[in-house]
Amino acid sequence: MLDTIPSKDLKHIGKPVERDDAIEKLTGQALYTGDLEFAGMLHAKLLRSPYARAKIISIDISKAQKLPGVHAVLTGKDLHYRVGLYLVDKHIMAKHVTRHFGEAVAAVAAETPEIAQKAVDLIKVEYEELTPFLDATKVFDKDVPLVHPDLGRYSYIKEVFTPVPGTNIANHTKLRKGDVEEGFKNADYVFEREYTNPNVQHVPMETHIAIGKWDIGDRITIYTSAQSPFTVRNLFSFSFGISHSNIRVITPYVGGGFGGKAGIGLEPLVCCLSKAAGGRHVKLQATREEEFSLLPCRSGLTYRIKTGVMKNGKILAQKMTMFWDAGAYADYAVNVTRASGFSASGPYEIENAWVDAYSVYTNKPFGTAYRGFGHVEFSWGVERQMNYIADRLSIDPFEFRKINAIKPGSKTMTGEVITDHSGNVTKCMETVAKAINYGKLTATEKARELKTGMKIGKSVVALHKAPAMPSMTGTVVILKLNEDASVTVNHALTEIGMGTYTSLRQIIAEVLRWPVERIKIPIENDTDRDPYDWQTVASKGLLLSGNAAILAAQDLLDKCYDIAAQALRAMKCDLDHDAEKVFVRHKHESFITFKQMSVGYAYPNGNAICGPVVAIGRYIAQGLTNLDKENSQGYPAIDWTFGAHGVITEVNPKTGAFNVIKVASAYDVGRVINEESVRGQAIGGMIQGLGTAMCEGYIYNKDGKLLNPSFTDNKIPTALDLPEEIECFAVETPQVDGPFGARGVGEHSMIAVCGGVGNAIEKAVGADLTHMPIRAEDVWKALQKKLKPVKAKKK
Amino acid sequence: MKIKLTVNGKKYERDASESKNLLHFIREDLGLTGTKEGCGAGECGACTVIMDGKTVNSCLVLAVEADGATIQTVEGEAKNGKLSKLQTAFKANHAVQCGFCTAGMLMSSRALLNKNPKPTVDEIKHAIEGNFCRCTGYTQIIEAVQDASGQLKKRGGLKRA
Repeated sequence: MLDTIPSKDLKHIGKPVERDDAIEKLTGQALYTGDLEFAGMLHAKLLRSPYARAKIISIDISKAQKLPGVHAVLTGKDLHYRVGLYLVDKHIMAKHVTRHFGEAVAAVAAETPEIAQKAVDLIKVEYEELTPFLDATKVFDKDVPLVHPDLGRYSYIKEVFTPVPGTNIANHTKLRKGDVEEGFKNADYVFEREYTNPNVQHVPMETHIAIGKWDIGDRITIYTSAQSPFTVRNLFSFSFGISHSNIRVITPYVGGGFGGKAGIGLEPLVCCLSKAAGGRHVKLQATREEEFSLLPCRSGLTYRIKTGVMKNGKILAQKMTMFWDAGAYADYAVNVTRASGFSASGPYEIENAWVDAYSVYTNKPFGTAYRGFGHVEFSWGVERQMNYIADRLSIDPFEFRKINAIKPGSKTMTGEVITDHSGNVTKCMETVAKAINYGKLTATEKARELKTGMKIGKSVVALHKAPAMPSMTGTVVILKLNEDASVTVNHALTEIGMGTYTSLRQIIAEVLRWPVERIKIPIENDTDRDPYDWQTVASKGLLLSGNAAILAAQDLLDKCYDIAAQALRAMKCDLDHDAEKVFVRHKHESFITFKQMSVGYAYPNGNAICGPVVAIGRYIAQGLTNLDKENSQGYPAIDWTFGAHGVITEVNPKTGAFNVIKVASAYDVGRVINEESVRGQAIGGMIQGLGTAMCEGYIYNKDGKLLNPSFTDNKIPTALDLPEEIECFAVETPQVDGPFGARGVGEHSMIAVCGGVGNAIEKAVGADLTHMPIRAEDVWKALQKKLKPVKAKKK
Repeated sequence: MKIKLTVNGKKYERDASESKNLLHFIREDLGLTGTKEGCGAGECGACTVIMDGKTVNSCLVLAVEADGATIQTVEGEAKNGKLSKLQTAFKANHAVQCGFCTAGMLMSSRALLNKNPKPTVDEIKHAIEGNFCRCTGYTQIIEAVQDASGQLKKRGGLKRA
């Protein structure tokens, strides 16, 4: 929409407009859920399972109940509701059996957090420890313990997902394109390898927190740090059988999400505690340790890729098998399986493709959405596989990528034809290759090698992702004209930090031809007051909400022109406007101001017309289809954002210690709406990707106990971990149905960073890496069994 | 135990329990909720405040240890209703995303600039090394501190390919 307007004709679009929420956040005035206090509010604490899988024999809460100041003690036995996003498989607390280390077993609401903790310490639980199921790749082994023996009785979205009762498979996504066996037969070479990723924690700086109040009469109020108030409301309504209209969900300022706060989390529990405590507010904030093991993480992945390729570098066929370690509950993991299933090849065209992607229940903390939605994880395998094959064909890996890159006319794995408007991954790759002087070492780099004894390696990797969302994902923007001709916006995309609200202000201001300062979008969302939005996920916010914002702004002008036409006795077609007024084009002295018409226009004699001005813009994804469950063919993608990283690393060839010297990244964002927001997403995601690449990941003992649920043992990157140089580029191939041609880039910056680092390390010292994260000791280990140069073997 | 302290230039006298940390004291007893808790274990720096000129993780300091101390929190950074130069630079350089690390990040930057008005990039990185930020990737924060100290040559940096 409005994608053909040249950038030079735009006043606000493309500019680094400052964030509207910066002042509150910089002064400490922004109120997050944890900053809210209510009279009589209680505080909750939890007792959690020390075992990955155990039968609950008994729970004695009698001493806890008697402690003065305690208002409610609940266990799984008291709560008969199931929750679930796509597959309704989770009790609010463990009932009869615990399914992962850290799962909630009992909860207390008391007058202070200290009393609540004391009461929790008084609860006695008798467990019978059971053998856990911990290895997702053993899903087809005989006689493994079943995480959910009742899987066949759970309700789920049948059009989209395929659980397999009697197994630990929560979902099986199948993709079949062309004839993969014929492809292998015709290929000159076939390569098969396996790549692995652990569970990873999102680490929003604000841990999950919710305040719930369940009034007598079953009216519910929830304040929560969530990515979607409407999804919380919808899932709550489904689980408890309470009307949507009686559930009010408010999201104050949210301290980061990254997918971990999509869906529903602590809200049902605080509400049940509130009900048990007679309707008082109950607040529960996850400790950092609970964030790691009670709340969801990113699923682990074991990815087997078998690639058939011609001597000239063209990939003919690829068979991809994904074992997603979904943990104890399906949550978003089943949809990660689906979405990663349909793009599992990365941004490369595969004529004959076969994917089997399994979400496998295990007795571990459960997986959910995480920035990139599966693409970070499979990209690690894809990008390592691309280099592995290129090396063996003696083709430069960058050239090999260009040969196979998706381009106009290519068919995606689901059969969608890529057009000139879909974005340009080759241009992204070429841009970053140039930025890192790919293919050679500069004189400075050679001198650095000599001086330090380190070896420098470079790589180019590519990425793509489309929003993974229901085919009918929609949103609404409402503009309310104020007396001073400013506009207050009602909209329920949640501003979790990404800056989309500022971009929306720019879009609205551009269409209205008003200063950005006159557009206000309140940060807090409220399901009782704001119109519906599905979720703040999938990098779909800018496109869908941006289009709704354009339509709302156009509707506002249309309504104002109606008023002006009536008041000025003019034809609408003869009207025009500037920032202050609507006027008759051939008679400029005939005008009325936006202020005059804001809350109803009054003629000089006092007669009034039209009423307060409210405008609306509704937008919904169009043309998307549910994928055929037998072959995943169809149209899942509203848009594809392509990108690439160029990475330079230096590696100590003896110890395996390495530094990332430079990362250059390019994304085809269609059109830049806010320069600094794009750059903030680009760098922020890339550094989060470096965390995944270099140091983050869950470590369990053999019994499934999580050993590193803290920042002491599970580090994230700090300012000292930044590459010496970071460069960001925007490629602008307009998206025809994007707002001013724009598409989202919130998740993409995190994808493929890991492959880029791994490939650059291999280029530097020859370490063949197949597991991420890559720690210095992993490089050292790989160096010890450095592959002798293997020539490609003809089948 | 009764403690006396000065926070953001204002004197306070309060009873503080021996087990309460400074973070909870500031938030709950003084009502200054701008300082955030990110881990409660001194690892993430979200709760950083300046105590007698030095940055501390307020979750690791007992309130009673702050008896007699002079403390600055994020609420003391703007003066007379106006953002400080540092805050203005954070705003201009998009150094804020979700905002949850921002208070601590500002306090670490403030303590650095108080001692070292023209820090190098390396000195800035070391000063904020104890402050986790999951959103920004730190770069725009470092640029903001450079800007506040008059050292940033050019704002922004997104290139069009």
